[in-house]
Amino acid sequence: MKVRIKFSKTGPLKFIGHLDMMRFFQKAIRRADIDVTYTTGFSPHQVMAFANPLGVGLESTGEYFDIEVNSYTTMAEMKDKLNQVVVPGVEILDVCLLPDDAGNAMASVAAARYRISFREGMEPCADWESRFASFCEQETIPATKTTKKSVLEIDIKPSLYEWQILPDHSIMLFLNASSSGTGNIKPAMVLETFFKAEGIEFDPYCLCITRIDTYTDLGTEDAHRFVPMNEVGTSC
Amino acid sequence: MNQNTTQKLALTDDILLAIEKPARYIGNEVNAVIKDKEKIDIRMAMCFPDVYEIGMSHLGIQILYDMLNHYEDTWCERVYSPWVDLDAIMRERHIPLFALESQDPIKDFDFLGITIQYELCYTNILQILDLSDIPLEAKDRTWEHPIVIGGGPCTYNPEPIAPFFDLFYIGEGETRYRDLLDLYKKCKAEHKSREEFLLETARTIPGMYVPQFYDVTYKEDGTIESFTPNKEGVPATITKEMVTDLTHTTYPEKPVVPFTKITQDRVVLEIQRGCIRGCRFCQAGQLYRPVREKDVDTLKQYAVTMLKNTGHEEISLSSLSSSDYSALNELIEFLIEDCDKRRVNISLPSLRIDAFSLDVMSKVQDVKKSSLTFAPEAGTQRLRDVINKGLTREDILNGSIEAFKGGWSRVKLYFMLGLPTETEEDIAGIAELSNEIAAAYFETVPKEERSNGSIQIVASTSFFIPKPFTPFQWARMCTKEEFLDKASLTRKAIMTQLNQKRIKYNWHEADASVMEGILARGDRKIASVILSAYKKGCFYDAWGEYFKNDVWMETFAECNVDPDFYTVRERSLDEIFPWDFLSCGVSKDFLKREWLRATTEGVTTPNCRLQCQGCGANQYGVGVCTEGRS
Ligand code: SF4
Repeated sequence: MKVRIKFSKTGPLKFIGHLDMMRFFQKAIRRADIDVTYTTGFSPHQVMAFANPLGVGLESTGEYFDIEVNSYTTMAEMKDKLNQVVVPGVEILDVCLLPDDAGNAMASVAAARYRISFREGMEPCADWESRFASFCEQETIPATKTTKKSVLEIDIKPSLYEWQILPDHSIMLFLNASSSGTGNIKPAMVLETFFKAEGIEFDPYCLCITRIDTYTDLGTEDAHRFVPMNEVGTSC
Repeated sequence: MNQNTTQKLALTDDILLAIEKPARYIGNEVNAVIKDKEKIDIRMAMCFPDVYEIGMSHLGIQILYDMLNHYEDTWCERVYSPWVDLDAIMRERHIPLFALESQDPIKDFDFLGITIQYELCYTNILQILDLSDIPLEAKDRTWEHPIVIGGGPCTYNPEPIAPFFDLFYIGEGETRYRDLLDLYKKCKAEHKSREEFLLETARTIPGMYVPQFYDVTYKEDGTIESFTPNKEGVPATITKEMVTDLTHTTYPEKPVVPFTKITQDRVVLEIQRGCIRGCRFCQAGQLYRPVREKDVDTLKQYAVTMLKNTGHEEISLSSLSSSDYSALNELIEFLIEDCDKRRVNISLPSLRIDAFSLDVMSKVQDVKKSSLTFAPEAGTQRLRDVINKGLTREDILNGSIEAFKGGWSRVKLYFMLGLPTETEEDIAGIAELSNEIAAAYFETVPKEERSNGSIQIVASTSFFIPKPFTPFQWARMCTKEEFLDKASLTRKAIMTQLNQKRIKYNWHEADASVMEGILARGDRKIASVILSAYKKGCFYDAWGEYFKNDVWMETFAECNVDPDFYTVRERSLDEIFPWDFLSCGVSKDFLKREWLRATTEGVTTPNCRLQCQGCGANQYGVGVCTEGRS
């Protein structure tokens, strides 16, 4: 049986990298005595898959990973047991049972929502809010995407599903995060493109980024229906 | 669980994002202990002066951390050497060194305890003090500064670093901290001076060495003339502290579990302390006498509890010679059964290779991927007798043949170069033994079964470094040139072997070994060299890429200290050594006897279980000394 776990990662924990978080949860699952399924062989591993790696320095209230379990009592109990063995800065927000046909965690990721604010004194310019608005409203937003293998010229407009400037002067972005194709857009990249368009030098450190949640798409290519990744599961 | 996400950090985001592995500095790990500052009397920082991944792997600190935090009036935290990247930033921005749990400056603590596990960390001790803004020399400290305590194996010759410490705790940490803390509280309450506190410590608490209360005078030839207390009531000899009941002593059931991968990323079960063997080069084998075992049922309970509390996926046993633990079979069988249920790996320490250990090893590891390890230390039986290493050629060959039959085809061999009385024949013996093992493989395993790419032998040599409190403390150490010649002789000898293509040879760096040799048997005169070398930028000497031999040698010259005095000089039997005022239980007479048996007679000495040698450690009246002998 497959179980999906939603957690938050905040405060000092933002400095813990993705691989260390995986190790952290492998040990947490042992401490919590969860009847997780292991692979066979000389060094058995837990059957575990993370949805969308979070970069060092980012906080999140919507992280997910899936595990395979042999038995359980209730999802609520599993959540409790896990919350008793984590450290401050990590909180298990939800544990749900996935239907048998649920896709794997990483392939299911379709979109992510982020809140971005500038560190004090590091705003790009005084009127950045209106400039950012017109930046987002363009027909196309050309950008350069650098991956390990290539440098691509892409248009990020189709992947910028929603944007908003909140009353507290932070930016809310809802972005394509599917791992297929060139669709996956990181929030820093949007801001970097904006800075470049404004002719301002970009230092990624100026941003404080929180991933609000991660979503899967229950709709179609043309009519998306994004829901948080835990909503495909059941909570009993 | 209470989610306290607003915990402050000593380092700002820009720093933490700019340095390597910020996880080293944010604390917050599973099982780290957080206390309310308002409700405790004593703040203690325990330090391992090397990088986090190394320091966190050390069992001793985990034991003391756990013990001290069980005291209601004490909060013990951890601190390690900031890596070079952060070190530079902290100096530039004047950020004081902080403890991981509270992120508070070390300078505000009552005690800073530093465990000193190897000589090449001496400059890192100064780094810790410096970054903490604590005067490097004890004489410049006031009540404004923590009491700086040294502990660990290097304190059995504390003299090279004596000026940097307020006091050294000689022996095992479990026994006297409570007394020390109580005396501290009393002295503080009575508004005693710092010096009065140290004096009362030296006078009343066993195992405490306060360097400032001892004077050394030297003879014209540079050796020690006298070493005496300069205050009344301070003991002339300090005897090591030792845990007498290892089963019922304190042990961490909830060790701290780091986020980042560390060297010892597993549950460590200490099964015994000490070693019955008495290899003559080995310092640990003398320092921790007599052997004391932990009860096997207690160990089983610890294994289960610690695995549960940490979530580690691996467990290993810790001791100097696990094969000598009397209930080893029972313990390992329990672990195999229990760990298999929990999908926990067992990482076995190097066991003596025999039918039992091969059977066990084949159960817990993939024989095709794992290797057999032998530490003959010397190439010929003659030299192995000199060093009292019981392992014979037959043991090694028979063990290997059994292992080859079981599917193993990788062998690791460890040797030392530069041992007392070593000749070219002994060096050739290293190559010959390696060759014989390869030949045994070809004889044992038929061609069609050599599935795993045939036999691979890795022979490694380190350079012999004489250490205090060993029978070889009188020995002359080789020069760098001699060491390198010996390594090249070894390489050539291996190249002439029939099976040389199957043998890979590794040897250690010679400069760092010589440096370690100088510091190991150094005296107080070396302290000024260490201080100057540190000020010239030497630290992380244990890390090859940061060890600056030329700076060190230049500093010796500037300070007018001859490094050869500590290494290549012949020592007479009646020389007073800088560490003679300490006692680890083993008498100097016994060590002398062993030195002569080695060098003039070349005969071995039976181990403690076969026959007591009257080494002196029976004064503790525990462990192997009180066992009935068969
Ligand atoms: S007194 Fe005898 S039994 Fe005890 S440690 Fe020394 S040699 Fe071994």
